[in-house]
Amino acid sequence: MSAEAPSPSTPEATAEPHHFRRILTIWIAVSVVGDLLFAIFVGPHVPPGRMSDTATSDSVDFTILFLVALPVLVGVWVYMGYAIVMWRASRPGVPEPVGGPRARGNLRVQIAWIASTTVVVLALFVFGTVELYVTNGSGGGEGPNPIWTPTSATILPVQVIAQQWRFTFRYPTFGGFETPDLILPVNTTVEFHVTSLDVIHDFWAYQIGVKADANPGSDNIAYTTTKQLGTFTVRCDELCGLWHGAMYDFGRVVSKSSFEQWAARTEIQLAALTKTLPPFALTYTPDANGADGGFYPDTNDPYSNVETYGATQPSS
Amino acid sequence: MSVETQAIIDSPPTGRMRATHGFLSPNAVWALVGGAAGYAIGHLCGDIIAGSQTVVQDNGQNNVAVVLGLAFGVLGWLAGAGMLNYPAAKLVGREPLPQLPSDNWTRYFRPTLDHKVVGLQYTVVVLLFFFTGGVLAMGIRTELLSPTSHVFGPGQYIAMVGEHGTIMMMMASSIVVGPLGNWLVPLMIGSRKMAFPRVEAFSLWIFTAGYFVILAAIPMGGFPTGWTGYAPLQTQATVGMDAYLVGFAVIGIGMIAAGFNLAATIINFRAPGMTWGRVPIFVWSILATAALLVLATPTLVVAGLFGVLDRTAQTAFYVNEHGGSSFLWQNLFWFFGHPEVYIMALPGFGIVGEILPVFTRKPLFAYRVGAAGMIGVALLSFFVWQHHLFQSGINPDMRPLFMLTTELISIPTGFIFLVGLGTLWKAKIRFEVPMLFAMGMYFNFLIGGVTGVFLSDVPVNVTVHGSFFVMAHFHYTIMGGLIFAFFAGLYFWLPKMSGKTMNRKLGQWHFWCMFLFFNLTFFPLFLVGLLGQPRRVFEYASNLQTLNDISSVGAFLLGASFLIFIANFIWSIFIDPKPASANPWDSLGLEWQTPTPVPPHNFDRIPVVLTDPYHYSEPGAPAVADLGVGSIATVATSTPQDAAITEVADPDPGGLPA
Repeated sequence: MSAEAPSPSTPEATAEPHHFRRILTIWIAVSVVGDLLFAIFVGPHVPPGRMSDTATSDSVDFTILFLVALPVLVGVWVYMGYAIVMWRASRPGVPEPVGGPRARGNLRVQIAWIASTTVVVLALFVFGTVELYVTNGSGGGEGPNPIWTPTSATILPVQVIAQQWRFTFRYPTFGGFETPDLILPVNTTVEFHVTSLDVIHDFWAYQIGVKADANPGSDNIAYTTTKQLGTFTVRCDELCGLWHGAMYDFGRVVSKSSFEQWAARTEIQLAALTKTLPPFALTYTPDANGADGGFYPDTNDPYSNVETYGATQPSS
Repeated sequence: MSVETQAIIDSPPTGRMRATHGFLSPNAVWALVGGAAGYAIGHLCGDIIAGSQTVVQDNGQNNVAVVLGLAFGVLGWLAGAGMLNYPAAKLVGREPLPQLPSDNWTRYFRPTLDHKVVGLQYTVVVLLFFFTGGVLAMGIRTELLSPTSHVFGPGQYIAMVGEHGTIMMMMASSIVVGPLGNWLVPLMIGSRKMAFPRVEAFSLWIFTAGYFVILAAIPMGGFPTGWTGYAPLQTQATVGMDAYLVGFAVIGIGMIAAGFNLAATIINFRAPGMTWGRVPIFVWSILATAALLVLATPTLVVAGLFGVLDRTAQTAFYVNEHGGSSFLWQNLFWFFGHPEVYIMALPGFGIVGEILPVFTRKPLFAYRVGAAGMIGVALLSFFVWQHHLFQSGINPDMRPLFMLTTELISIPTGFIFLVGLGTLWKAKIRFEVPMLFAMGMYFNFLIGGVTGVFLSDVPVNVTVHGSFFVMAHFHYTIMGGLIFAFFAGLYFWLPKMSGKTMNRKLGQWHFWCMFLFFNLTFFPLFLVGLLGQPRRVFEYASNLQTLNDISSVGAFLLGASFLIFIANFIWSIFIDPKPASANPWDSLGLEWQTPTPVPPHNFDRIPVVLTDPYHYSEPGAPAVADLGVGSIATVATSTPQDAAITEVADPDPGGLPA
């Protein structure tokens, strides 16, 4: 939607002010001022912040989209406001037999409108695609076969296992221990493998700009590179049943040395526990009391006695 | 071409005269009795069939009995409403009993072949739907007053969220098509009836049955999935889920029936001279909506059937471990669900397109572009559904494609704004109540549309997907767009529909309260979502409490603003009725050229349409149609105004001078 106003195709009556020029002036002025104010004062603080490269680019993209959207909003509002003030019937409530110009269309206005909206829309599409594939993959879930992959030499894989109503995390490069704490090293590219043991959840690590659905039996990969130390919230973002509203957690981005210490320590602490876990895999198929909540009873279930852990081996 | 197809309806019955209007003939009471009896019978059958199964005994929940109960209940409801009499009589080779026209108040509680009575019945039912959903919404906002303290338990909360969403979606899919579509389309195209009056009545009664089915989920404990019903949570849920699946399928059947009927009527029952270039813009919007109803809704019905089979017959359409896929539901649901949201937008565009010319006293600007925009939106809406799955782990190659199609849809939507803004150009705007609502619709829908572009952009979608931002976005399009347009239409056409004048002062109060409190409710939610609050949660970060509280207070006030409407409705129509004139807004539309109240057969003679209904501000404006009642109908008086102004040539210069 562009904000062009239909221009008069004919000379105005002499007393009539040049409405189109007036609207255009107000529109440009308000848009420029609004965009400048937003870019200067709001832009640097647009959520989700600057804790990772994907968070930064998501927030920059939001800012750019807003800078494009504001003139569109302002254009229609200015036009409508102008119409409401200037073009109201003189006697409110009393029907007037005479209306405005009989214009049923204006070819130039129609072509200009369609062309400008098309240009804006296509530009937004190109911009979005470039941002998605060229810069940093945006942090969204890319499924088991991601198209955008990071170029960093070292990548920390972290598995996110969602189940009703808790997230747990496995660190395959540290013996595959499983912990309720999500600790990440700073300035490191992280490869999240998001999966679920029961219903569909969504792993939303808000401040580090990652969001990926956790599907049962499916590996959903998302990348981000941490940039700042701090705490971030993890929330389930897909309705997953009774306690969905309370399925949240906090993760931390710490220095690389602290992370190494924590991971080595935790690996030793949890070693006995890790042995009882199924071996690390990209997806896990729990027994019949998992995803279907016991709906398919064991006696009828051809798969109920089959251990299907580790159907897919992780890539190193 | 349409003269021959205009059947004479309600011809005096001859022969057997048993179709009386006593209490024993089909009516709403018998429908309720039939529904209750059907539920009991179905539930009993289910107990017999599945009562001994291990799964039933283990879980203590018999889904088979509940599904059969609800299905038989709907059948019983339809039988009580007399919907089965005609096909049953035809099946056994007997002549169906004639259906007598009725003129007392009981006709509003009976099946009827009069599209105007069906329209009014629909109006009451959708308002019932709407206010039920609204009460649930206020329950949700009550819970969200505090980040951690709770008013409701998590089960109650999640049930309210699901019920609110589902009821509102069901309501919004029919809120214009049902009441105004059925009431207005035949009048606007110069027909005496709908193409299939029995199908029309059927769509109303099955829609009403859907209301009871979805309400039945509440005593069953609700369903935990929200209105999207994602599997495998759906498979895991208790019996309330059956009510969701059956209810949506039932509503879907009603939507398909209504869509077919409207499409058939618009295509075949236009009066002579009602060429496609003269069809009112509202009829175009209903035609585009009807196409969506007919083509998209079957997917929902089938997806619901799969879900029911998963839950009763232990098939595994949506269960991963058994060869099904949870992605299947997401795809099927949104393949319906996205056209569905345009089912909820297009009729609103049509309504404001009818209202703007009347209150600006100008022809509709770029009529053809507007009609093309509606068809474009309808076509494109089938190609955007995977934008709901951007973060779900679909093939990542699909994301740019669906980003493109989603953003393309803003081009034809922009046409609608071109029509609106062009019509306002140098107008003489009368701010009557319908016009206020129409302007409010443009204001709100603009915000809803622009935020939709944010959502379509995949990188931004990472932040806002599934958050309150989405929630605010679609409330701005559906509530701010469609519902505002619906009330615009209701205030505009109620004088014709009811024959009574609505109170203007109360109408203005209703608009300003609704407009301000709507924005007070939903605008903060954009920020709430952007700041990290997911949808459908009952606990949130404590720094978001202020924004949530503003929204909650807005929601309560918004709810209260509808009391003004209800008061106005009851006062103006029942307590202190003031008869409305036949054409209180000086509209040129064909529907306004009929007497008020509109006779059961609409037109004494089938009108011959002479031109389109947008010849405002023209010297000696031509009449829209020859009604064949002595002289060509005279329309709103127009006098020459500004002779210096020339305009693009009349696209349809066939009109006769008055």
